[in-house]
Amino acid sequence: MLENLPILSLLIWLPIAGATLIIFATGQKHQQATQWLALVTAAATFVLSLLALNDFDSSRFYLQFVEDKMWIETLGIKYSLGVDGISLPLIALTSLMTLIVIISSWNNIKLRVSHYLASFLIMCGLMNGVFAATDAILFYVFWEAMLVPMFLIIGIWGGPNRIYATLKFFIYTFFGSVFLLIVLIYLGNQAESFNIFKMHDLVIDADTQRLIFFAFLIAFAIKVPMWPVHTWLPDAHVQAPTGGSVILAAIMLKMGTYGFVRFMLPIVPDASLAMADFMIVLSLIAVAYIGFVALAQSDMKKLIAYSSIAHMGFVTLGLFISFSLLADNHQDAAVMGIQGALIQMISHGFISGALFLCIGVLYDRMHSRNIQDYGGVVNTMPRFAMFFMIFAMANAGLPGTSGFVGEFMVILSSFQVSFWIASIGGLTLILAAAYTLWMYKRVMFGDVANDKVAALTDLKPRETIVLIILAIMVMLFGLWPAPLLDIMAPSVQHLIDCNLVSKLSPEGMCS
Amino acid sequence: MQNQLLAIVLLPLLAALFTGFAGSSLPRQWAHRVTILAVGISCLLSINIAVEQILDQAQPLNYNLYTWAQLGGLSLNVGFLIDDLTASMMAVVTFVSLMVHVYTIGYMKDDPGYQRFFAYISLFTFAMLTLVMSNNFLQLFFGWEAVGLVSYLLIGFWYKKPTAIFANLKAFLVNRVGDFGFLLGIAGVYFVFDTLDYAEVFSQIEQGYKDLEIPVSDGLIWSATTFICIGLFIGAMGKSAQVPLHVWLPDSMEGPTPISALIHAATMVTAGVFMVARMSPLFEQSEVALNFILIIGGTTALFMGFLGVIQNDIKRVIAYSTLSQLGYMVVALGASAYSIAIFHLLTHAFFKALLFLGAGSVIIAMHHEQDMRKMGNLKKYMPITYATMLIGSLALIGTPLFSGFYSKDAIIEAVHFSSLAASGYAYACVLIGVFFTALYSFRLFFMVFHTKERMDEHTKSHLKESPAVVWVPLVALAIPSIIAGYFLAPSIVSGEYFDDAIKVASNHDTIAPIVEHYQHPFSLALSSISHLPLWLAIAGVATAFLFVVVKPELNERLRKALGPIVHVLENNYYFDKLYINYFSAGGIGLGKRFWQWIDVAIIDGVMVNGTAKLVTGISVKTRKIQTGYLYHYVFVMVFGLLLLLGWLYWRVLNG
Repeated sequence: MLENLPILSLLIWLPIAGATLIIFATGQKHQQATQWLALVTAAATFVLSLLALNDFDSSRFYLQFVEDKMWIETLGIKYSLGVDGISLPLIALTSLMTLIVIISSWNNIKLRVSHYLASFLIMCGLMNGVFAATDAILFYVFWEAMLVPMFLIIGIWGGPNRIYATLKFFIYTFFGSVFLLIVLIYLGNQAESFNIFKMHDLVIDADTQRLIFFAFLIAFAIKVPMWPVHTWLPDAHVQAPTGGSVILAAIMLKMGTYGFVRFMLPIVPDASLAMADFMIVLSLIAVAYIGFVALAQSDMKKLIAYSSIAHMGFVTLGLFISFSLLADNHQDAAVMGIQGALIQMISHGFISGALFLCIGVLYDRMHSRNIQDYGGVVNTMPRFAMFFMIFAMANAGLPGTSGFVGEFMVILSSFQVSFWIASIGGLTLILAAAYTLWMYKRVMFGDVANDKVAALTDLKPRETIVLIILAIMVMLFGLWPAPLLDIMAPSVQHLIDCNLVSKLSPEGMCS
Repeated sequence: MQNQLLAIVLLPLLAALFTGFAGSSLPRQWAHRVTILAVGISCLLSINIAVEQILDQAQPLNYNLYTWAQLGGLSLNVGFLIDDLTASMMAVVTFVSLMVHVYTIGYMKDDPGYQRFFAYISLFTFAMLTLVMSNNFLQLFFGWEAVGLVSYLLIGFWYKKPTAIFANLKAFLVNRVGDFGFLLGIAGVYFVFDTLDYAEVFSQIEQGYKDLEIPVSDGLIWSATTFICIGLFIGAMGKSAQVPLHVWLPDSMEGPTPISALIHAATMVTAGVFMVARMSPLFEQSEVALNFILIIGGTTALFMGFLGVIQNDIKRVIAYSTLSQLGYMVVALGASAYSIAIFHLLTHAFFKALLFLGAGSVIIAMHHEQDMRKMGNLKKYMPITYATMLIGSLALIGTPLFSGFYSKDAIIEAVHFSSLAASGYAYACVLIGVFFTALYSFRLFFMVFHTKERMDEHTKSHLKESPAVVWVPLVALAIPSIIAGYFLAPSIVSGEYFDDAIKVASNHDTIAPIVEHYQHPFSLALSSISHLPLWLAIAGVATAFLFVVVKPELNERLRKALGPIVHVLENNYYFDKLYINYFSAGGIGLGKRFWQWIDVAIIDGVMVNGTAKLVTGISVKTRKIQTGYLYHYVFVMVFGLLLLLGWLYWRVLNG
């Protein structure tokens, strides 16, 4: 059914077209029409992503739904798209989270509603483009373009200190991108093609690999963000409107780790292996150090922002531990590490998105993110308390929620390398529970703290729907992650068999 | 049979979901009807399974329900392993749970969270069943954390009470510390055995697996098996509240009494003991771990017993008694007498649930007063509670013929025959512990049911026996508290009962020397008159009688004489102070410092904004070059040209 349909192009351009329509056709005057149009566009995009998932042949590793057209002929840049088991779930996640953001910001934004909704739709298309692009320059265009709507979202609809935050966000990430562009052009010249997968087949000597590694590292580590280039994230989150925080945490952070998987690991595996210990140390700092920092926060959004950094540490840990495992011939454990990292990306998308929505629910009512202003919310919002509890527990990595799956797999595989790595990673069990549940206790439990809390009203149907969807996803992939893992498995196996082998000489490479 | 098993697990879950989501819109009687029906069926089916497994000697059943994840060659499943050990646990868990469900109707009668409470305890039953029925470490960990979650929810059930929400967070975090070890232990299992499936692990052990080494630091290398065992046991120390991770259990008494009986006495806290018994083939491989277990268990059995003596809150006495009894079970594990540990677990589940529910009955009558100094002579008002509590106490202190006698006596004997280095210490602990068990049990008993009435007039005028939904479970639990030991002792001690579910290495077999005695439970009871434990217990009761009934004024004098010791005991050996003032406050302080000094000051202050300032600074300076005066630009141009020409000239000359 989908054979003749350029489904990836649709996933990119449909939301952008919808956004254009919203800005120019319905505009500010017809708020109702704007909202519905945005909703329909987002829903259609999500349905498309489900169709793609359904049609995806998960027994094969290679690219599917491929589109390939010349774009800028003189430079050899193509408009080429395609997805494998690693990128498709991320596209589905992007489309779902965009739909959720559109529903959740229904009545909450008063200023320039059409522009607000259009920004999210445009961003959705661009982010899908990042995950679907198989041409490096096309990838780069989407990668950069995606910053603009987020820049506007924080800068226009953000909190009081939004200009500082959005500039910091923009300059920080833009700084990293410069290095990315240089490397991509270099690799394009070497491979005589900007096709990302041609770049995977390049033979590169060790010194060059190291240079490329650091250029990639700067570009991607800022996005993840890894310690110590993480400080833009808490500021951006605190100032961003709820929807912005949700997309930022759920999708944008994944761009960095996606970059690692798509570019860094397969193109410069030898440098990655050589630097694996360094990357593991940075990841462990993210888990342990940031865990302690999260404990000290009094602003709920900041707390969750720091917790995001700590949880993303497991993604980078899983990716780089696999090099040490492969060096020791632990194939199965390496699969586990990478799969764990990938599933953690998806899971963190749901959980962090849900937590920011929960904080948004409180913020809409109380206009405060400060933990001290709350207390005893459970008395007035019992239904909300239940959802918040589910997501808090998921954030603490409780088995049965998706938050457990990735961390469990990464800890199990890192134990194969070193007892110490697993132990420091395992600290998350204590730290994540401590900062999340302590916050929950101070905000939710206890007697009604003040008149404002006493006046709170429980979830509206619109808010309930959004949280139910996310709760189902969190529990589903916690109790049965197999379907998701199976989609990823062939691509991960291929990555390990063909791309994480030495690229110093053509020997041992698959093609 | 597979359908039966599914029903056993899923019925409580469905009931919990139904009651939980219907919430307060569900009429109260429907909340308890639905959950009791579900747990009741679950209980009957479990007993049926237990009969098939234990009496009819059915083959153990091991199968997977579904594949949770397939990772390369490793398959992670959700499945059931049903053998004698599992079947016994299932029967006990569902039976106690059913009793607690019934009891709750009376105890929580006026509580606004009635429906929520039933949803939680049904959910707990589900979680506990997945834990005991698991056939692999992944699901074990799921159940393990799930019971922790429900325990957290239930301790904080009265979420307005500051002490309750402090206690539940504390319980969760302390358990997480244990789970940290548990998770590393599981990671170690995967490291050594390349699987998380019980059966595969056990068969590899049987076939002589190769132990691996874990390099901890230069020159320090651990055996992986020892590491696994100690890691798993640290998890057990959290769940089964062993020193030094015991601190959460006394505080957990902030929750409603039915859950103290269900979770914090009979089921969840015994999960650690169950787990070690389940893993007996593994633990048998490491004597280091067994010695460690003996020391921890012995310490808990004795030193927590001391604390029971000085408490005045009725529930706290029983809580410390639970800690001490868990220590007994753990000592049995350390002595490789796994079946005896489970034996004590079973009997203890009955009489400790009975004691807690009895205490709850007293608390209802006393209008939620828990201080024993304000009770007294309740036997006059509450004859059924009185009689059942007496039975529970007699069972607990090991009165011959009562169930506790057989299980506890077997533990003491087994440790005695253990040849491990730490067995001497553990033996001394459990032996002295007998005296203190009797002392605190009957101190409670006398203070509550005898002596003079110390309550205020208002309370006194309302004193009456609790309703049938409360006392029927008491009676139902009193019966097994008396007879379970007598009937189970011969087969459990001889090893017939658990068949192959428990494996003991021949050089660790501490039960063999005592099997003979336990074949004749009646004469064993008679001959106990010549054994030390019985006399220690009698001495304990006599001491309690002396200090509480005969000469209460001696109490104060003794307290003064033992001033410093009492002070240490009243502060729970300073564990709480250490954890709260140093560990939690230290952790938060560390976080603040990391944040303020490194994130804010160095990274943001110097590096990020410092760079921005530097750029601004340079641009402020450099923009002054752009003056707008043509002659400045011309001057620079000419100067540049001269420089360029000079350079070319120099190149040519040296060329």
